[in-house]
Amino acid sequence: MDLDFLIAILPQALLDGLILGFMYALIALGYTMVYGVLEFINFAHSEIFIVGAFVGVESLLALQATGALEALPWPLVLLLVLAAGMIVSGLLAVTVERVAYRPLRHAPRLIPLISAIGVSFFLQDFIRFIESIWRNAFNLVYPSIEALDHRFEITTRVDVSVKSLVVIAAALGMLGILHVVVHRTKVGTAMRAVAEDQTAASLMGVNINVIISLTFLIGGAMGGAAGVLFGIQYGLINPYSGFIPGIKAFTAAVLGGIGNIPGAMLGGLVLGFLEALAASYLSTLTGGAFGAEYKDIFAFSVLILILIFRPRGLLGEVVRERA
Amino acid sequence: MIAKSFLVIASLFTSLALAPATVVAQEKGTIKIATQSPLSGGQASLGEGIKLGTQLAIEKYKGPLEKMGFKVVLVPFDDQAKPDVGVANARNIIADQDILGVIGHLNSGVAIPSSEVYKDVSLAMISPANTNPTVTDRGYKNVFRVCGRDDVQGVVGSEFARGTLKSKTVYIIHDKTTYGQGVAEFFKADAEKNGLKVVGFEGTEEKSNFDPIVTPIKARNPDLIYFGGLYDQAGPFFKQARERGVKAKFLGPDGMDSSDLAKIAGKAIVGMFYTTVAGPVTVYPQAKKFADEYKAKFGKNPEPFSAQAYDATAILLQAIETAAKNGKPTREAVSTAVRNVKHTGLTGTIEFDAKGDPKQSSYFVIEVTSGDPQKWGENKPVKRLVIAAPGPKA
Repeated sequence: MDLDFLIAILPQALLDGLILGFMYALIALGYTMVYGVLEFINFAHSEIFIVGAFVGVESLLALQATGALEALPWPLVLLLVLAAGMIVSGLLAVTVERVAYRPLRHAPRLIPLISAIGVSFFLQDFIRFIESIWRNAFNLVYPSIEALDHRFEITTRVDVSVKSLVVIAAALGMLGILHVVVHRTKVGTAMRAVAEDQTAASLMGVNINVIISLTFLIGGAMGGAAGVLFGIQYGLINPYSGFIPGIKAFTAAVLGGIGNIPGAMLGGLVLGFLEALAASYLSTLTGGAFGAEYKDIFAFSVLILILIFRPRGLLGEVVRERA
Repeated sequence: MIAKSFLVIASLFTSLALAPATVVAQEKGTIKIATQSPLSGGQASLGEGIKLGTQLAIEKYKGPLEKMGFKVVLVPFDDQAKPDVGVANARNIIADQDILGVIGHLNSGVAIPSSEVYKDVSLAMISPANTNPTVTDRGYKNVFRVCGRDDVQGVVGSEFARGTLKSKTVYIIHDKTTYGQGVAEFFKADAEKNGLKVVGFEGTEEKSNFDPIVTPIKARNPDLIYFGGLYDQAGPFFKQARERGVKAKFLGPDGMDSSDLAKIAGKAIVGMFYTTVAGPVTVYPQAKKFADEYKAKFGKNPEPFSAQAYDATAILLQAIETAAKNGKPTREAVSTAVRNVKHTGLTGTIEFDAKGDPKQSSYFVIEVTSGDPQKWGENKPVKRLVIAAPGPKA
């Protein structure tokens, strides 16, 4: 075991984990918000996330075709693409809620869950269908934006790209905005009221349907932003790319305490670190017995252990049975 | 009541009327050639190429069979590069008695379980692209390939790395499939035997985020990275590795051979090398005409393995002709006939040994000259070896 080697790559591995963690955190925010308000897990969020990525790539390709990609300054391009992704994903989430979840709102809890899984599969193949007609391609490649791909060498062993910094900044920014909205605005108060007790909130004059739609809009928009950033970060997407990050982000949300917004951020970071460290270290630490392919098993095993000893998650509250 | 009995009588009459009609229309019968390759998903470009190559060959070579009174039809199947889908399709294929041969698959991991199904009925399978040795090492009488094998391809890669690239250290990544891991292990075995130091051997199914895998690679700083896998995974990996400043040269097996690799990775792969068991169309003299016809008919350049599928189909049709001397042949007769075929096609002269491997195969080392997917066919072969297939294991 080469201790020098392990220590030498530690800073970069931690940085990889941080970036991955913020990516998962961004996606996890969507799951946690919807659960917080409706006590319902929106399994279709992984596809809402990847729709954002597809909108992003199509927008960038359109900009590239018109030559605007080189002409415009990159922050403007980034904002445009993010806005496009957020709008489409947000509206898609609202539509899905209207069509697939609202009619089932008073059904037993398992039914909307199954509906969500169905929407997830439907959207995967729907995206594939659209792209096969529109572009006849399965894998879509994000056009490179020079400025975003630029890498900084922080030390000889650690480097970070501009796009990774954008992911971190976006995640922190969204968390901040979300915190302000949920805790400092009337709408946020209404959302928290609906989360606490739907009937009482409606008696107090809150329009439940509007608030729920708004929750999905915000959650979906963040998923869309996460999708665009995912596409820019990794460069290649296909209709099934959303599934695995979605599952991981969902477990990150559960790990942090489902329904808890800072919990989603924390859970995302923990999962990101576990995965990145496992991928970089497992092979060396186990002498080749377990390689990088076990990173997911490792991360999920730790997750199971944490949930056994703290079922409510790291920051979650103990939910008392209602009288 | 009356209506019901009227319906029964009417349907009885209709079926009686139709039955002789179908018998009369067919003359000697229909012969179907099935293809199994990924027609959707990440590897569809290669899978489509196999299907279209087969289609072109059927049109060119069906003449003699049609003169005998048969109708020759192509039946394409999409195995999605997944073993379970391949096996499910295989069951449908063997149920259709008109199918006398399968041209497929692309992925060895799909071909091996599917061929277990074909073997039950002795249905001939001629593979244009499966390179894992297990495909023919099992000694089934109905399994053939027209391309080379990974136990040779891995060695060719390793020798090239040592001899030409002069690499001293190599980091090997594979995709954990039968094919990718197989060829990576053959490469590793030969490298270790001959002094090329393997500083890392990792498998991964990851398709997007290779950061944590690139970190240790960058720290180890190998001369060469060998990626045992396919282009849809290798593309993002190479791109991310170059972006992060990895200086190593890249080398891969025939799974790299697709214009989509350039589409995904662009500049990152210019100057890299890959070994293949299927040369680019430009390397075969007769293939120019094939390439032009392919482009004229299908509107795009032939992919790697299209020419191999074309030759495999020609061999299959020739075998069916031989076996069809006394009417429609059985599948077993076709399989036996394939083994005795000696065919000179686009990719050379093909003759099968006892296991179903071609007696001699060409292996190429090809350099990627451009990041433009349109120019993929212009990649330069820098080495060409003709090597006999390894004999049966002791």
